[in-house]
Amino acid sequence: MARYDRAITVFSPDGHLFQVEYALEAVRKGNAAVGVRGIDTIVLGVEKKSTAKLQDARTVRKILKLDDHISLAFAGLTADARVLVNRARVECQSHRLTVEDPVTVEYITRFIAGLQQKFTQSGGVRPFGISTLIVGFDPYTKAPSLYQTDPSGTFSAWKANATGRNSNSVREFLEKNYTETSGMETVKLAVRALLEVVESGGKNIEIAVQTFDEGLRLLEEAEVEEIVAGIEAEKAAAEAAKKGPPRDT
Amino acid sequence: MLDLRLLEPCSLQSSLAACADPQVLGAAPPTFKLPAVADLDGFQKAAVQMVKPAKGTTTLAFVFKHGVIVAADSRASMGNYISSQTVKKILEINRYLLGTMAGGAADCQFWQRNLGTRCRLHELANKRRISVAGASKLLANTLYSYRGMGLSMGTMIAGWDESGPGLYYVDSEGGRVEGKCFSVGSGSTYAYGVLDTGFRFDMTVDEAVELARRAIYHATFRDGASGGVASVYYVGPQGFKKMSGDDVGELHYKYYPVPEATVEAEMEDVTTS
Repeated sequence: MARYDRAITVFSPDGHLFQVEYALEAVRKGNAAVGVRGIDTIVLGVEKKSTAKLQDARTVRKILKLDDHISLAFAGLTADARVLVNRARVECQSHRLTVEDPVTVEYITRFIAGLQQKFTQSGGVRPFGISTLIVGFDPYTKAPSLYQTDPSGTFSAWKANATGRNSNSVREFLEKNYTETSGMETVKLAVRALLEVVESGGKNIEIAVQTFDEGLRLLEEAEVEEIVAGIEAEKAAAEAAKKGPPRDT
Repeated sequence: MLDLRLLEPCSLQSSLAACADPQVLGAAPPTFKLPAVADLDGFQKAAVQMVKPAKGTTTLAFVFKHGVIVAADSRASMGNYISSQTVKKILEINRYLLGTMAGGAADCQFWQRNLGTRCRLHELANKRRISVAGASKLLANTLYSYRGMGLSMGTMIAGWDESGPGLYYVDSEGGRVEGKCFSVGSGSTYAYGVLDTGFRFDMTVDEAVELARRAIYHATFRDGASGGVASVYYVGPQGFKKMSGDDVGELHYKYYPVPEATVEAEMEDVTTS
C-alpha cells in the first residue's frame, strides 16, 4: 500500500539518523542492565522496578532465554523486546532444523542486529527501542561470549557491559574493576556494578547466571539478598580499614 | 512424432467448476482425456521411461575407523546405448565434502555445485565449516521443495567434520538418511554383496580402498549399466584424496588372470601338427 512506503528513518542534512538516536534515548530511559563475562560463568543483571502490590512479579521478566545455551537481557521498550525475542527464538530453532546444529552466540546476535537494522531502512516502520545484552556459550568450543546490540543494528563483543539508565557510571565501574573471574566472583562483580546505580536490596535487582552445564538459572530473591548483604559488609569493612583505628583523645 | 498435447491435464478449476454446475451435478462423473493411441499400456510405459531416467550406475560409500571411502563407476547409458565411459560420478563439493552422482547427471551436477556455493556462504557467515549433517540437510531441503517436479537424484554426501566422519544418503523424493554404508544405483546389489562380506570397521585405509575397488568391479562385471573406470576416494581429517582410478576391464584380468599355460599348449598343438 502506497501509504506505508514513506520511510520514517531518513538522514538529516548533517548525516544523523534521528529516529535511531531517539530510540537510543528510549533505551537510556530504560532500567539498567549489566552483563559480565567470566571464564566459565556469564552473569546478567537487571534493575527491577518495584512491582505493584497486585502485580504478579513472575510475569515481568527482563532476562529471557533464547535457547538452552543463550540468554538475553535488554533495556528499553519491553514490548519491542518481546517481538524481537520471539523472532530470535524462532530463528534459533530454524537453525537447529536446517543445519542440525545449535546457533552460536555470534550468529544469533548478528540475526538480531540485522533485524534491528532492517527496521531503520524500511518504509512505514520505526526502529526497535531496545539495546540487548546477549550471552551464551559456543556449543562446541564452550567459550563464553557476551554481545551487545543497539537500535542502529550495530553489535560487538564485550568482556563486560551495561545499558539502560546510568549505563555510563556502571561501565566506568566495570572498566575500573574488571578482572577475569569465575563462578561466584563473576556474580559478585555484576552485583557490585549494578549497586552503583540501583538502590541496595535484593528486591531491586534480578540476577541470572549462565553456565555451560546448567544453562540459565535465575537467582532467588533470598540468594540475591545474601550476596548484596555480603557486598555491603565487605564495603563497610573496607571503609573501616581506610578510616583507621579510632583515635584516642 | 507423438502428440503430447493430449497429456495436458484438464485444469482443476474447470473440472471443479463443472462439478459445481447444477446441470452437471448428478450427470456423468468428471472424466479425463486419454491419449489417442492404440496401445495405451505401451504408451504409458514409454512415457514413464522417458521422464524418469533409470539410475544406471554403481556408487558406494562407507564409514570406517579412519574416515569415509567413496567409490563409483563411470558409465553413462541411454537405454542400451553406452553414451560415455568417462563420467565423473564423484563430485567434489569442497575440500572435505564429496557427493556422488546417480540418476540424472545434470540434476546431480547442478545441485551439488549449488550446495558447494551454499556451504561456502555458510562458512563465510559463520566463520566455521558446515557439518556434513548440515550440508546434506541443505541439499535435502532443496530437493524436497522440487518434489514431484521430475528431479532424479540418488546421492550420497560424505565428509569429515568436527564430529568425525559423516555419511548421508539424499534423494530426489526428499528423503535423507544417515548411515555407515550405502550403495546406490542399478549395480548396488552386487556391490553390497562384496562390501558386506569384506567389511571390518578397523580396516586400514589401503584395505578399505581395495574393498571399495573390488565392490565396484564386481558390480560392473554383472550390471550392464555400470562400467568404465572404478574411482575410489578417501575422506579423512585432512580432507578428501583420490586414491585410485582403474579401468574395470584391466581390474578383471588383475583379479582373475587367464592362466598362460593353457593358451601356449594350444598353440604348440597347432604348430607341431
